[in-house]
Amino acid sequence: MNPGPAHHLEARDLHAGYGARRVLHGVSARFGRGWAAIVGANGTGKTTLLRALAGLLPPSAGEVRLDGVALAQMSARARGLRIAWLAQLGEVSGELTVRETVALGRLPQLGPFGSPGPADDAAVAAALQAAGCAGWAERPLLELSGGERQRALLARALATGAPVLLLDEPTAHLDPPQQVTLVRLLRRLAATHTVVTVMHDLPLALAADRVLLLDAGGLRADAPAADPALHAAIAACFGGAVHIGWRDGRAAVEPVL
Amino acid sequence: MNPPSTPTAARAEPGVTGTAAARDAGDARRARCLMLLAGLGVAALALSALGLAAGSAGLSWSALQQDLADGHAAALIGQLRAPRTLGALLVGALLGLAGAIAQGVFRNPLADPFLLGSAAGASLAVVAVIAASALAGQAIAPAAAAWAERLGLVGAAYLGALGGVGLTLLLARGAHQTLRLLLAGVVVGVLLGALAELLTLLSPDALRARQAFQLGSTALLGWPAVALLALGLALALPLALRSARVLDALTLGEDSAASLGLHLPRWRLALVALLALCTALAVAQAGLVAFVGLVAPHLVRRLAPSAHGYLLGASALAGGVLLLAADVLARSVVAPQELPVGIVTAVLGGGYLLWLLGRGGLR
Repeated sequence: MNPGPAHHLEARDLHAGYGARRVLHGVSARFGRGWAAIVGANGTGKTTLLRALAGLLPPSAGEVRLDGVALAQMSARARGLRIAWLAQLGEVSGELTVRETVALGRLPQLGPFGSPGPADDAAVAAALQAAGCAGWAERPLLELSGGERQRALLARALATGAPVLLLDEPTAHLDPPQQVTLVRLLRRLAATHTVVTVMHDLPLALAADRVLLLDAGGLRADAPAADPALHAAIAACFGGAVHIGWRDGRAAVEPVL
Repeated sequence: MNPPSTPTAARAEPGVTGTAAARDAGDARRARCLMLLAGLGVAALALSALGLAAGSAGLSWSALQQDLADGHAAALIGQLRAPRTLGALLVGALLGLAGAIAQGVFRNPLADPFLLGSAAGASLAVVAVIAASALAGQAIAPAAAAWAERLGLVGAAYLGALGGVGLTLLLARGAHQTLRLLLAGVVVGVLLGALAELLTLLSPDALRARQAFQLGSTALLGWPAVALLALGLALALPLALRSARVLDALTLGEDSAASLGLHLPRWRLALVALLALCTALAVAQAGLVAFVGLVAPHLVRRLAPSAHGYLLGASALAGGVLLLAADVLARSVVAPQELPVGIVTAVLGGGYLLWLLGRGGLR
């Protein structure tokens, strides 16, 4: 498969927060083709960073650039064509079926008034297939289990066809076999896309090409997943509650009880 | 750009059986939608016939025969009952549509079309017009009083409703944040309500008009009102349907909708403007008819869950049917007296919501 041109998303000295509460303090990072996982303890600014990278939260200082262009200067539609976003579960309401939900992923291409054509139908079918939810495409989204719903929402993100995927907790609510399926999918996508995920599950996060460790709104480490210094930094950040080893090319994460 | 073409789920993908089951489920959903539309259409026709037949004696076959035999049928039905029937259908449709838009914009099944200050604004304007002549030269300038009288109750209610929503938008500093918009709507409702109370204290004559306006009535709907309502619906419904996918996207949450290339503040403003237009037209002609805008979308969602492309149109039809049914009941239950239609809609709508709440079906 032709991977196409690489797309670079870059945070430059990013500060962001909510009202008077500052959450991110000068984060700089550059994301290209491949899979980068953001980890850190609760409340360290992982979702805030991802929202700022998606252009959903305007930074109070610093900027985010996509292929050299500041996100703030791009129209909402131009951003939607290039960046796909998967939110954490819990925000969904309404009566849409899985297929109708996934078809919304074509909105950036079609605009709110466009009619979907065969290419859009094919894109929706491919996304449903990729996320493993073609079998229940006609079921209402709210009647699905948390894991099934998460897969449907991932299919919606994939249907955009955007080269940059920003996924907030994509493995939440999935059972272990589905988590493995999703990690394999992310690895395949990483060959052609810029994939950035926020993850709480350390063993799954360490399956990424690269891991960014956030601590108190700052970037504490940014290294390949196999880097022993990264493992030590993560263990320190989690107060020594975990021990991370590396065996046979895989992370071995053990809670220190 | 196309989505990833190669990734396939490693876990067994449901095969032909699963896909066939999915197709069947989709067919069943579409069939329910069509059946509800057909049912509402039949109900609208049947209720329209009853609306034309119901006179001062209520629903009475002998009274109808007598009306026809007297030779006054053309005037009675053509000039009174027909515009009232059609008008009730149209007012209900506008409220049902406004309710579906409000619940979509605010992502809240309890959102009501009167939420953003339209009801309080219209109510205050009606009281102000009634009180104008009594207060001329005292609390307000004579020129302002004369202007208010020329405007009339319908015009004042229309402008008052739009003014109430405008004030809400002003206080919320636009439509950037849903919560701010909702809070501003509450504040405007309380403030304008207090002003209306003050005016009724200063001019007790306005109290009765305010009460009648708040109970709602379809009794005074004539052909000019029907033409205006029809024009409003003909304008608002296509615009709402064009916005259906934006409302669908909002069901995924504001971040997800914004990530799909939608400029949410602009869309929210456009949808609030549409909502204000529908509500202002309806309340100007029929007063504050309670619960129709809240219940109609619920009814549709419960009987035929669907995307907004269907929900908006079906809610309009359901709103029309609900108000027409309430109007026929209001004319028949205590004939030759007539109940204010707002009381009937409040009893029916409130009862339905309570029943729904009891069954855990409020969503």
